[in-house]
Amino acid sequence: MNLDFSDEQKALKEQVRRFLEDRGGVAQMRAVLTSDASYDKDLYKGLAELGVLGAAIPEEFGGVGLSHLDLCVVAEELGRVIAPVPVASSIYLAAEFLLQAGSQAQKEAWLPKLAAGEAIGAFALNEGEGRMGPEKIKASVSGGKLTGTKSPVADGDCADVAIVAARSESGAVSLYVVDLNGPGVERRTLNSIDPSRGQAVLTFSGAPAELLGGEGDGWHIATQVMDRAAILMAYEQLGGADRALEMARDYALERMAFGRPIGSFQAIKHMLADMYVSATLARSNCYYGAWALASGASELPVAAATARVSASQAFQHCAKNNIQVHGGMGFTFEYDCHLFYRRANALALALGSVSTWEDMLVDRMTTGNVAAAA
Amino acid sequence: MDFEDTPEEAAFRAEVRSWIDANAPKHLEDQLKRANFGDMGVTSEDPIQACKSWQKKKAEAGWACLHWPKEYGGGNRTPMERVIWNQEEGIFRSLGGLFTIGQGMCGPTVMAWADEETKRRMLPPLASGEEVWCQLFSEPASGSDLAGLRTRAVKADDGSGDWIVNGQKIWTSGAQNSDWGLLIARTDPDVPKHKGLTMFFLSMKSPGVEVRPIKQANGQSSFNEVYFTDVRIPDSQRLGAVGQGWEVSLTTLMNERLSIGSGMSTGFPQLLSLCMDVEVDGKPAVQDSNVRSKLAQFAVREMGLKYTGMRAITALSKGETPGPENSIGKLVAGATMQDLAMFALDLQGQSGVIWEKDGPHDGRFQAILMRSPATRIEGGSDEILRNIIGERVLGLPGDIRVDKDVAFKDIPTSGRKKAAAAA
Repeated sequence: MNLDFSDEQKALKEQVRRFLEDRGGVAQMRAVLTSDASYDKDLYKGLAELGVLGAAIPEEFGGVGLSHLDLCVVAEELGRVIAPVPVASSIYLAAEFLLQAGSQAQKEAWLPKLAAGEAIGAFALNEGEGRMGPEKIKASVSGGKLTGTKSPVADGDCADVAIVAARSESGAVSLYVVDLNGPGVERRTLNSIDPSRGQAVLTFSGAPAELLGGEGDGWHIATQVMDRAAILMAYEQLGGADRALEMARDYALERMAFGRPIGSFQAIKHMLADMYVSATLARSNCYYGAWALASGASELPVAAATARVSASQAFQHCAKNNIQVHGGMGFTFEYDCHLFYRRANALALALGSVSTWEDMLVDRMTTGNVAAAA
Repeated sequence: MDFEDTPEEAAFRAEVRSWIDANAPKHLEDQLKRANFGDMGVTSEDPIQACKSWQKKKAEAGWACLHWPKEYGGGNRTPMERVIWNQEEGIFRSLGGLFTIGQGMCGPTVMAWADEETKRRMLPPLASGEEVWCQLFSEPASGSDLAGLRTRAVKADDGSGDWIVNGQKIWTSGAQNSDWGLLIARTDPDVPKHKGLTMFFLSMKSPGVEVRPIKQANGQSSFNEVYFTDVRIPDSQRLGAVGQGWEVSLTTLMNERLSIGSGMSTGFPQLLSLCMDVEVDGKPAVQDSNVRSKLAQFAVREMGLKYTGMRAITALSKGETPGPENSIGKLVAGATMQDLAMFALDLQGQSGVIWEKDGPHDGRFQAILMRSPATRIEGGSDEILRNIIGERVLGLPGDIRVDKDVAFKDIPTSGRKKAAAAA
């Protein structure tokens, strides 16, 4: 029994934490939020140089060739400082799509660039409001040209390449690699609750598109890759939840009211204890997810949905109560509480809403994997 | 990361498995499996004797109190080997319920505070199940505020050095089956409350000890009131110094919370099968989107507890001490069970009102509904546990204690408030 990270992985975690704190920690997120920049380019370059972006990409494709467990500890640290960089879109999703379903040529063309931070990838799936499902995909490819509109696309404002879900000529949902700097692509940045991770509308009118994986395999591949990404994103959420809890705890120790630290009042103390409970359950579920991700266990779909639901809730719970503990100061733009609140609520929707993942969790537990839940 | 045993662990597991397979009371297996929350389920024979005989068999083969030293009746095994034993013992582990308090809480307290002779006399029969112990802590006027207890122990005036005890304890699990009790009493009411307490152990057969079962809200009687009228305890049965009782009690309470919280299930697997069974709008409940959302909520709590436990086991396996994350176990499990039971009854519709062992789903959710309020109170209420997490884990300051530097006899209580105000 070993449900823990190795000493090397813990050292990597420390190294990434120091790197991010040296760069200013949460201040980097605020800087992007209050500027026109879509992400922090220096920070992203720094992460690439540190080898973090290519951590789980094999060496033959320009990566470092570590495991997904290493990527999990990196994700947790990015989450702690709610880093304003497109790692989730580019690494957890685009690179993972290429690794899971790309041809040798596609891998060679894009993975080294993604690992080096020279190109940014995105996943273009959504087409408007409502719960996402294959039936909602209208974008289509004919004669190698893509037509349709994808919205919202996370990091679509800064991405160089997108993995796009669209219908093939036969109408089957398939995936395509599209160079976003090529012809037939228009993009518009959208305002969002978390502008430190940009959202965009991508409009395709005859953009050259290259099939990724088999025709008609699109939804299947996307589900698998989103499961993997969900675990990595859960680690970001976990890092954010822990940090929001720590902020609230620190403030409760320092802020005096009625002649005593507010953390000595049970109303505050118990709120913080409940935040600790959420974060602890999420951490344990994330460890389960990390194990499934790294070992390729058949429980991966259950583990991914469990980690995803648990971590989404923990981050939302800790972020909203962090504001509450801070009182009025928590609602100022000056304090960092709203930065975590923005990120918590944005991440809870990325990859599909919490209710979507709840639904998938029950689906997966009741179709053949009940034992995993018991 | 992996869920595999080390080669040594695997060898130990194989040894344990084959011994259990050859020796466990398999004729009780079906009854134990059908047991409901709060009830061991053994009806074909005296359940107390069933517990004692399984414990005796284990003790004779060296499998009792695995983590205790051999000279005290234990197996001198590592914490990890104890975990493996518990996993392998499986359903038969519920036959250990009779000894949970004695072996989990009283034993460690005796081990930490008694002299060598006492340990060699008291611990082996506790380990082998020949002697059952109970914990005499809570009182009608002091539950969460344990240090406010009023049972008095005074030195006998005959020069014997004995103590004479008068007072009342309550919520004593298993007192009616116990041979010995671990008793905390007030020996000095003139000092602040935490400082005037002393710990003893006594024979429950002592003259002046009266056990009265409490009829509980769920109809069962596992808790008791225990009355003490001029009960004589030799000074040799004192644990720790006079006035050190609070410190001694912390050993017990620390062990209590670890043992109640560890490995608790919330009843989720049973809920899931209920949802495949009952219908909503003519379809299995599990297909209903509201039901699915609720199920997912219960699932992540159940699994969060399960993997929190595995993280603790990982620490043990590496020879480390598990972290503070274990303090969430009972807090999460208690509240989750209660919510889960209410949800299950709701799905059963009007039949949810039926509570029969041979009724819908064996009445198991009704049993959880009716027993879970106690889980949220016993061994540290939800509120005390949140204080502990807030103060010990997160480092928040304690509440302001108005009774901290006041002599116990001057502290206002429900009965004494008026007198204090009048004076």
